[in-house]
Amino acid sequence: MRKTIRLAALALASAMTLAAGTVSADKLKVGFIYIGPPGDHGWTYAHDQGRLMIDNMLGDHVETTFVEGVPEGPDAERAIAKLAETGHKLIFTTSFGYMEPTLKVAKRFPDVKFEHATGYKQADNVATYSARFYEGRYVQGQIAAKISKSGIIGYIASFPIPEVVRGINAFMLGAQSINPDMKVKVVWVYTWFDPPKEADAAKVLMDQGADIITQHTDSTAALQAAAERGIYAFGQASDMIQFAQDTQLTAILDNWGPYYVKRTVDVLMGAWSSGDTWHGMGPGMVGMAPYTNMPSDIAMMARATAESIRTGAFHPFTGPIYNQAGELVVKAGEVAADFPMLATMNFYVQGVDDKLPE
Amino acid sequence: MTELIIASIMTMMTAATPLVFAATGELVCEKSGVLNLGVEGMMLIGAVFGFAATAITGNAVLGLAAGGACGLAAALIFAVLTLTLLSNQVATGLALTIFGTGLSALVGLDYVGDTIDQIRRVHIPVLGDLPVVGRLLFGHDPLVYLGIAMLALTGWFLARTRWGMILRAVGDSDISAHAIGYPVIAIRYGAVAFGGAMAGLGGAYLSLVYTPLWAENMTAGRGWIALALVVFANWRPGRVLLGAVLFGGITILQLNAQAAGLGIPAAFMSMLPYIATIVVLVFISRDAIRIRLNAPACLGRPFRADR
Repeated sequence: MRKTIRLAALALASAMTLAAGTVSADKLKVGFIYIGPPGDHGWTYAHDQGRLMIDNMLGDHVETTFVEGVPEGPDAERAIAKLAETGHKLIFTTSFGYMEPTLKVAKRFPDVKFEHATGYKQADNVATYSARFYEGRYVQGQIAAKISKSGIIGYIASFPIPEVVRGINAFMLGAQSINPDMKVKVVWVYTWFDPPKEADAAKVLMDQGADIITQHTDSTAALQAAAERGIYAFGQASDMIQFAQDTQLTAILDNWGPYYVKRTVDVLMGAWSSGDTWHGMGPGMVGMAPYTNMPSDIAMMARATAESIRTGAFHPFTGPIYNQAGELVVKAGEVAADFPMLATMNFYVQGVDDKLPE
Repeated sequence: MTELIIASIMTMMTAATPLVFAATGELVCEKSGVLNLGVEGMMLIGAVFGFAATAITGNAVLGLAAGGACGLAAALIFAVLTLTLLSNQVATGLALTIFGTGLSALVGLDYVGDTIDQIRRVHIPVLGDLPVVGRLLFGHDPLVYLGIAMLALTGWFLARTRWGMILRAVGDSDISAHAIGYPVIAIRYGAVAFGGAMAGLGGAYLSLVYTPLWAENMTAGRGWIALALVVFANWRPGRVLLGAVLFGGITILQLNAQAAGLGIPAAFMSMLPYIATIVVLVFISRDAIRIRLNAPACLGRPFRADR
């Protein structure tokens, strides 16, 4: 009798655990690794908005987690591996420096899918994705050339990787299309997110005569430092207008949501495959914040340029393009190729007065 | 060119101010014989609580006061552990740094991305409009002046007042001071508390004036630089100011050199402030006698009244 009851209890318990297990296994776990805090109101904020779009649209089937402030390097490998070990089947690593750690962890967990932002190495279970931010930089360059009185742009750059160099080049090409004598001063701060350092860099650039500040770092500090002196600046990765009501001209908006939702659905349907996605304004991955604090004719010009880029009628890297040494690298009328030129860009265009760090 | 020099000096002074505050506090603390390595932690605590207070009340002065008060509180924890419970000062100081870093990150989670109204520069009507001197002497924000004033006050206190002499006596020979009848532990408590308040103010300056933002670990090693400064300055207030301006200057200088396109590798320029600290420290450490003259003889040694 007792043996029967015990067996029955055991059977019931295992049936319940199995049922419970099946119910929780229904929800796909998607993980995110962030380089900074979602509160940076810049790069990481934009990725987090993408994550929230997944929550909103697929909340019944998907559960998202994020780890913020993960430094690039050995710590990253641990953080990514932790997500993979705890049942996450799709992991987004949202910074260039996570490239090697992502690949290493991907080898250990072949059934987990990885999406690495702004990288260039893929694997069977590692896809890469990026946005053509340079399209926005071109528009910004044009605006800067129209608005700047001193003809000097202050550029706060982070690390000398192709993405950042592309941004500087696109910005300058846009500025030079309006004013061929435009100058740019570049300060390399070697960080993605360090508000005091970014503020220092902005102040120094302004001291040296720049009257437009733009950045490839993630916080609002530079914009605010510029606003304190009444200097116009561009926001980065998200609309930062609330931090500089009177001086933000526009910002490049990163719109990751639709791509994130699509990839999550791919995994849910079992249709995910590796590859590289590089979308710009056309597919809506890059947008521009409202054009503020500028005369309406400049705003209209900017809108027109953005529209022509969006429809594909114009490509920012259309020749003739000369490098710093004066050599022609893109012929007149031709467009720079995605690979290898754009993806591995490691030279400045003519007119940039800076030496590219190794 | 003059415009650039003036502007650079202005920026240099703001870069030096957190160091001035933190180093002034640490100077008094070390002069009394207590080695508080927790400056970085206290600065971060001051930064986050100062920012939080300003975000909540909307009053930046209140925020500064809150930053100083919380730095003081953190220093008191250190004081209880090292002065009453006689724990090792070096280890406790390091623990305070780690604690401060972690606590500030935790408290700061709610405030990342918030912004507040910066404390602006005050414009003095006639004096501020003078051609070159106007901006250089009268154009800074109020806290730059406060920092220099605190440093001057500290120098005067240590050198010219009776209690300053007693504090130095406690730092040089705690046993003798105790024998004469001075309350060694109480004096050290006061010195440590002052050190904490100054470090907290320095940190609050970063998050309220320097950039009206909070970011994890925003002091980025300034606390350690301040510590090194006190030694570099041979425990003399005038030199502390010189050192702070020098290090603030080098930081700004390297950014200026980059922006000016001087062609020196940016990675090397980033190292410069830290290399300068090491080089100067090595240089001044050569004169052992001068150091012995100025260094508090009982630095780092716990005091037990029954010895």
